[in-house]
Amino acid sequence: MKKWLPWIAVALFGAWFLSGAVAPKPKEGFDLAGFGRLPVLLDGRIQPFDSVARNSLLSMSGRSIVRLTNGPPLSALEWLMDTLARPETADQLKVFRIQHPDLEGLMGAQNAGLEYYSFNQLTNQLESIQNQVQKLVKSEQGQGEEAAKLRNAYQKDLMHLYESLFLYNRLKNSLEPDDSVNFQDELRLFQAALAPGRAALEESDQGKSANQDDLQRIVTFFKRYDELSRLAYPMIIPPLPGQPRQAWSNIGTNLLQALHSGELHPADTFYAAMSSSYRNNQPAEFNNAVAQYRAWAQGNGLAPALQKGSREFFFNQIEPFYKSMVIYIAALLLGCVFWINLSEPLRRAGLALLILAFVIHSIGLGFRMYLEGRPPVTNLYSSAIFIGWGACLLGIILERVFKGGVGLVVAGFIGFTTLIIAHHLALSGDTMEMLRAVLDTNLWLATHVVVVTTGYASMFVAGLLAVIYIVRGFFTRTLAPGLARSLSRMVYGIVCFATLFSFVGTILGGIWADQSWGRFWGWDPKENGALLIVLWNAVILHARWGGMIKERGLMAMAVFGNIITSFSWFGVNMLGIGLHSYGFMDKAFPWLVGFDVSQLALIGLAILPARYWASFKAAPSAGPPSGPVLPDTSALAG
Amino acid sequence: MLARAINFFTSLRLTVVCLCLAILLVFGGTLAQVHLGLYAVQSQFFRSFLIYWTPEGTHWRIPVFPGGWLIGLVLMTNLVAAHIKRFRFERRKAGILLVHAGLILLLGGQFVTEMFQVESDMRIEVGGTKNYSEASRRNELAVIDVTDPDKDRVVVFPEKLLARGAELRTPELPFALRVENYFPNSTPAGPMSGEAEKLKAGAGLGQRLFFSPAPTTSRMDEENRPAALVQAVSDRGPIGDWVVSTWLTRWPWFEGLQDELGSLMPGVSITAPQSFTFNGRTYEIALRAERYYKPYSMTLLAFNHDVYPGTDIPKDFSSRIHLSDPGAGENRDIRIYMNNPLRYRGETFFQASFEPGDRGTILQVVRNPASLAPYIACLIIALGLLVQFLTHLAGFARKRARSAESAGRDPSAPPLEPLLAGDAKAKRSPL
Repeated sequence: MKKWLPWIAVALFGAWFLSGAVAPKPKEGFDLAGFGRLPVLLDGRIQPFDSVARNSLLSMSGRSIVRLTNGPPLSALEWLMDTLARPETADQLKVFRIQHPDLEGLMGAQNAGLEYYSFNQLTNQLESIQNQVQKLVKSEQGQGEEAAKLRNAYQKDLMHLYESLFLYNRLKNSLEPDDSVNFQDELRLFQAALAPGRAALEESDQGKSANQDDLQRIVTFFKRYDELSRLAYPMIIPPLPGQPRQAWSNIGTNLLQALHSGELHPADTFYAAMSSSYRNNQPAEFNNAVAQYRAWAQGNGLAPALQKGSREFFFNQIEPFYKSMVIYIAALLLGCVFWINLSEPLRRAGLALLILAFVIHSIGLGFRMYLEGRPPVTNLYSSAIFIGWGACLLGIILERVFKGGVGLVVAGFIGFTTLIIAHHLALSGDTMEMLRAVLDTNLWLATHVVVVTTGYASMFVAGLLAVIYIVRGFFTRTLAPGLARSLSRMVYGIVCFATLFSFVGTILGGIWADQSWGRFWGWDPKENGALLIVLWNAVILHARWGGMIKERGLMAMAVFGNIITSFSWFGVNMLGIGLHSYGFMDKAFPWLVGFDVSQLALIGLAILPARYWASFKAAPSAGPPSGPVLPDTSALAG
Repeated sequence: MLARAINFFTSLRLTVVCLCLAILLVFGGTLAQVHLGLYAVQSQFFRSFLIYWTPEGTHWRIPVFPGGWLIGLVLMTNLVAAHIKRFRFERRKAGILLVHAGLILLLGGQFVTEMFQVESDMRIEVGGTKNYSEASRRNELAVIDVTDPDKDRVVVFPEKLLARGAELRTPELPFALRVENYFPNSTPAGPMSGEAEKLKAGAGLGQRLFFSPAPTTSRMDEENRPAALVQAVSDRGPIGDWVVSTWLTRWPWFEGLQDELGSLMPGVSITAPQSFTFNGRTYEIALRAERYYKPYSMTLLAFNHDVYPGTDIPKDFSSRIHLSDPGAGENRDIRIYMNNPLRYRGETFFQASFEPGDRGTILQVVRNPASLAPYIACLIIALGLLVQFLTHLAGFARKRARSAESAGRDPSAPPLEPLLAGDAKAKRSPL
């Protein structure tokens, strides 16, 4: 049993991961997966409906599923399908998240404290929300982008709710007008009205008397689709053969074009069939329309787009980052248990899980690169993923070399934490967004960004090793001289490694800046952040070479490295200035402060004299024990 | 005494102190950008010897912290001195030596860059041709003899010579220029505005468009727009006086001002040159961006501003340029785009910005004698760090192998297992 423990653990978690690769079963006979794979153009890139569903739902509710009071939760795709084609069902789903108590108070007494609201629960408040937003926007006039950063928590939540409602309304009008009963029939009427209507329009243009009925009808359609074209969100209608590859349009725009050309786009008919059959609960017709559209698209030059949609759908399904996150926790727990009972099979099982998580993490990272056609780090989100990946790789190497569970705990902890951070960064929208002009260069993304991010990862590994040293040394007697020595060698080695990467990465960044902005160094906040890491590493190394610090000093300084790295990675973005501030996030600010304070507390422990350390007090070499006095931690807690 | 100085300047302690000060400086300089802006921080924090603090309501300048120049200078001295004193070639230290040599080159190169780099902008409208670039902040007073239709003769005075009452003379001109008034920063004012101090001229545009002084600014995203009242004086007496200002010559200010004045003064073009005739020759006078003339010209054939479909996220900016350099026999088309600058005759041309509506391109032109220094330094330092890292790794591997052998074990076996055993022992100790 003990010998097989690693294999059993890997088999269990591996099977769980692979279960995600199986396509979801049709729900009530509807081939939703087939629909979810269909490509659309949104945010400048081809993506499947499934990604539209996940990103929209995440940004509205902070979740990727919709919880129901009765029955299993709805997937993002099921929710989107209802929103697109059965809006009256979707209106009852609780997808609007309200966090601020004052804003909740606005919803009326019987609805207070729900946190999640359905559209129907908000309908009475729409006007007052609108009024408040108007007032807010008016008061911010002339302040430019600065204004959004100065909003208080209430105002931010209000704007988030307003934007969510706006997005929801657009989604409801993305496949058909949200008030349509049978869109397929409507399009038939539209088609029938097209030819006489166009003739009537032409006649009235030339000043002749036109058939007023025909004219009236076509003008009604025009108004209807003109409004639809302004609401519809993703561009679902692909270009026809011969049109430019990028010429996608939304349903409304496309129907307006039909007024000019006199013909409906084939995709209009297929999508109308899908929405009508879904609304009228006809699974066979729905599946048929999906299959027919696929076949049509395949034969009309859209094979690459279909392929892209299917691949990204698969990537969404297997959820590699979520699953590796869970496995990292399992590895971390096994590492911690091993420290208590020193059971070697547990450690080996932990290492096996760590490697499994790393493999899944790598699959996710590689798949993302493949989907985007980019190096691994393109934005803050992917930097978190990459830092976790790099730290995990280092942790595995450490564990293979030093055994002892330290690498296990480090890799499990950083892997888990960075993926949690990535999850929260994903709430702000599409994580595979297109890159602004200056970033649109794979050469520099692959070199500077990857090298600098590897530097961040190794800084965090060194910092966490030092935390382990301090916590085990101060609070427990388990930091034997041998372990202390090997931890200090690990920290020193990784600080050297981090110096190498931070330094080279920073200089490569300078060279990129020289290539694109015309100066090597401009004291921009992000540049300064990278420089701070390099300088701090130089301080650590020189202080150690000069004998100014010993083991505990090295640990204290490595922990301070965590603060500097987190400032460089996140803090400078919060300043909201400079050429590099591509993403501003203020929700993370309290977390960052909390993290820094905790690190400062650890540094405080580290610089306490050795006689307060549980491990050193216990060690025979530390001289005769001064008595059974427990370390006075109460003074530190304050 | 000397020994103490040598000890001080070669000590590692000094290195560590300087590096810590540098960290504080960089951190402070980053936070200060929120309020001061990048440009002011650069000059106050990084390009200075001392950082001064001026208490509210006083004019004192109290030095509170060493600036970038001072820390850099001490670090450099420390670095060089320590290497001179302790230099002894060892293979073990080859990496460290390389790293520090690269550092010296990098810092030295940055110093040269800070001192001698010249930055300017070249703004070309689609279809237009330019043979000069313009300084982004420095201005000059230009007097141009345009009598000869084939060739202009240009005489310029840098803006720093302009001061109230200054008299500018040169043998190139048959008259002198007297600066009757000068505002380092100004705003346009109409005849009806109630400003106390205004520049009014007897000739040219300044008869109708006035300027009043404005407080000067040092922010990165703002610039001073000076104005001056200049009188041309010959031996026989005054010729006339004109108001000159970069409001009339610098883009985009003249466009905004022209739009504003369009309805107030119909038919008046503020960019039309102000000219006068003296002794049968015609001269134009203007306060304009300092120009750097090139022995070649560039024509903007097309400017492209691509966005991702269905969004306004910029995908690329690119300028198609025709370069014509008769002296060097160059006559070719070039594409300058993001991350792909043109390097020509010691200058680098970057795609920096564009005019609204994609009407023209703005290229940044940089002349930096030390532009190669960071590239070479980067190679040397990376090599040094790599050598050092590999030396350490090899040493570590050797040590591990040795300790494993001495323990009579396979080198791949865990050498540090005893530490946990020792741990267990400690637990069992009678404490």
